[in-house]
Amino acid sequence: MSRHGGGKDLKFISMPAICLYLHCHQPYRLNKYSVFDIGTHRAYFDDEKNLAILKRVVEKSYLPTNRLLLKLIKNARGKFMVSMSVSGVLLEQLENHYPAVIKSIKDLVDTGCCELVSETYYHSLASLYSKEEFVQQVGLQNKMLKKLFGVKPTFLRNTELVYNNEIAKTVSDLGFAGILAEGWDEILGWRSPNFLYKAKDSPLLLLVRNYRLSDDIGFRFTNRAWKEWPLTAEKFVDWVNLQNIEDKEPITNLFMDYETFGEHHWKDSGIFDFLEAFCWKALENPRNSFTTPSRIAAAFKPQGELDFWRLVSWADTERDLSAWTGNKMQQSALDKTYSLEKRIKQTGNLKLADEWRKLQTSDHFYYMCTKWFSDGDVHKYFNPYESPYESFIAFMNIYNDLDIRLKSYPLTKVEES
Amino acid sequence: MSLRHVKVLMFGWEFPPYNSGGLGVACQGLVGALRHQNVDINFVLPRRVDCQSDGCHFLFAENVGNGKLSVSAINSILSPYQEKKSYKETLKQILSGKVQSLPYSNDLIDEVMRYAAAAQSIVANTDFDVIHAHDWLSLPAGMAAKNISGKPLVFHVHATEYDRVGIPGADRRICDIEREGIMNADRVITVSEYTKRRVMEAYRANKAKIRVVPNAVNIKNFQGPDVFSPLKKQGAKVVLFVGRLTFQKGPDYFLKAAKMVADLESNVYFVVSGAGDMERWLITESARLGIADRVFFAGFLRGQDLARAYKMADLYVMPSVSDPFGLTALEALASGTPVLVSRQTGASEMISHCLKVDFWDVKVMASKMIALLRYGALGDVLSQNGAQEVTKFDWDESARKCVKVYREVLTA
Repeated sequence: MSRHGGGKDLKFISMPAICLYLHCHQPYRLNKYSVFDIGTHRAYFDDEKNLAILKRVVEKSYLPTNRLLLKLIKNARGKFMVSMSVSGVLLEQLENHYPAVIKSIKDLVDTGCCELVSETYYHSLASLYSKEEFVQQVGLQNKMLKKLFGVKPTFLRNTELVYNNEIAKTVSDLGFAGILAEGWDEILGWRSPNFLYKAKDSPLLLLVRNYRLSDDIGFRFTNRAWKEWPLTAEKFVDWVNLQNIEDKEPITNLFMDYETFGEHHWKDSGIFDFLEAFCWKALENPRNSFTTPSRIAAAFKPQGELDFWRLVSWADTERDLSAWTGNKMQQSALDKTYSLEKRIKQTGNLKLADEWRKLQTSDHFYYMCTKWFSDGDVHKYFNPYESPYESFIAFMNIYNDLDIRLKSYPLTKVEES
Repeated sequence: MSLRHVKVLMFGWEFPPYNSGGLGVACQGLVGALRHQNVDINFVLPRRVDCQSDGCHFLFAENVGNGKLSVSAINSILSPYQEKKSYKETLKQILSGKVQSLPYSNDLIDEVMRYAAAAQSIVANTDFDVIHAHDWLSLPAGMAAKNISGKPLVFHVHATEYDRVGIPGADRRICDIEREGIMNADRVITVSEYTKRRVMEAYRANKAKIRVVPNAVNIKNFQGPDVFSPLKKQGAKVVLFVGRLTFQKGPDYFLKAAKMVADLESNVYFVVSGAGDMERWLITESARLGIADRVFFAGFLRGQDLARAYKMADLYVMPSVSDPFGLTALEALASGTPVLVSRQTGASEMISHCLKVDFWDVKVMASKMIALLRYGALGDVLSQNGAQEVTKFDWDESARKCVKVYREVLTA
């Protein structure tokens, strides 16, 4: 049964170009750090835990998904394509421990049917605290993508799709053609996410997420309480096509977590079969196609400007920043972290800077979120700590240790008064 | 029989202000709320004490069969909380004026049995639908009432003997009473999931018979204005302990952690409120540890004084070795004070916005205490969220659950 009703013959009417984009990231989780560890300079990151989690997601998600995507690309002879972003901190971990995954991404990129999107190397919220950091971290990401895959991305996505008009300027100045953002009702108003837009007062192109369709796969796929469960490829392709009947809406932006495939939804849920079937079902209609951000930029003109007058993210029902900055602990931790910027850079020590940047990864602050802590919600599932308070304590103890280390560093640059 | 006016014959042991711990406070809270549920309560206490609760009719077992009797307030050893020293020893202290205690007789088990015997006449002269007995002390009286009247019995477990003194110290006779009560009662109410599990483990209780009715707190008793003591004015931080100074409550762990904190943080003071068999040891221990100037023993605080202590504290610590609930944690939260609780408590399983620690892990306890004292944002968020969360521990809600239990036994 199709969600929008309808019963017309769909074959020759619709023409949605499906932009399937997957985002992939794993942080460097922190060690348990007590107040008594401050000053001992004990390691900040839990290598053992991070490796264990990496092993799990590589086996359950990364390798099988990349294998499947490669198969679909080859068998569809260029008609199936996908885009993705992999955070620098994850690429690093893969490079060190699972180079086979790096190779599998390279194989995908080399087909010409897998476009890579840039971001901040450290998956950080630097865009909110330090423009310089943001620019440098994007630079590091670009460098990594060039080194590993030989590509120079033309599109960027900011951490957690955080975006507003100000960010557009910075990203445009960096030379990107476009950015990905959340297709949030409050911003779109009457408009549909199924068009190419541009940023306000900027040439930067905007691809906004069709969150309803994206979350049908990303969140609801294994939710038995969902009215539409089980989701079949037939049903889903119908919905995608139906978006286009009345208004001829040309693109469908399906942006989701990469780990949707195999980790959030396990293999036995049929998620891989769904992906495969979706590819073929969509392509059954010769007027359907798959596309990627840069191809959209080449094929379409922006329909209009979108005014992101407030910061929007793809998180929670509010689509705001409250998951990372909503309470005093988070605000304090973020402020303190970025307050070290000047002193860190003055040491000229790259290793120190790298450690500090790993502390900027947005996940650390996400774990401190108390929004619905009592109700045991989705935040808790991803949280390696017993409570947001524990995560804050560990983080601040580490921050204080770093602060002490900084004090002992000789400065390579003389402070300007 | 109208379910809207259940008549309950309730056997208790203590009632504020004549209480030495949480049992009396919990009874008061529950009784007050049951009143709003159209429950008529005849609350029986072993001896006449001067206490008040609106809408609640007090019967005194001592009057039975003896007409009017006024009892001179014998300083007595008796309390719902079995402690390690022998009764003889404690009695000696009392007579020399050293220990303030409740006006009951000096042999606990005898008193409990006397209470049970007195129950007979009360039953004969009172109209009721359900019997509700609080803790083991009231149990023989409750069971006697059930035997005579044939009415159903609800046994309310606030604590087990094992919680109070641990397994090696447990008094066989008390355990036997608890076991018998659990077997004979039509329903067993426990104050937490933690206690429910303990009761099932220790007494092989039938799960189907047990209902959890959490304790709660009267928030408005703790909503006074902020307290600005001279100590706080000069920027000092205060860490508070409230509880009986006895094994179960872990005051010795509090002291050990305090020492570790005091070594790192100079302007922190520790206030210990409570009385009990460990008091003298704690005082000498704090001197031995070299922190006698940082630890204040405030004695048993109640009412306004207690509320002020919570308000003044920057952190409340409840390091209980085994606590079926831990009312004081709720009181601290209601006061807007951040809380660090032992995981070996009923409260820790029901509160999200607090810090938790295993009672034996003194180093972690100290570390979390220091973190809270140093990182202001942590205290702010815990305070705000804790005060919000504690509103769900509502005596009206607990009373509703209680009434549900009454209905169950009455329609069985």
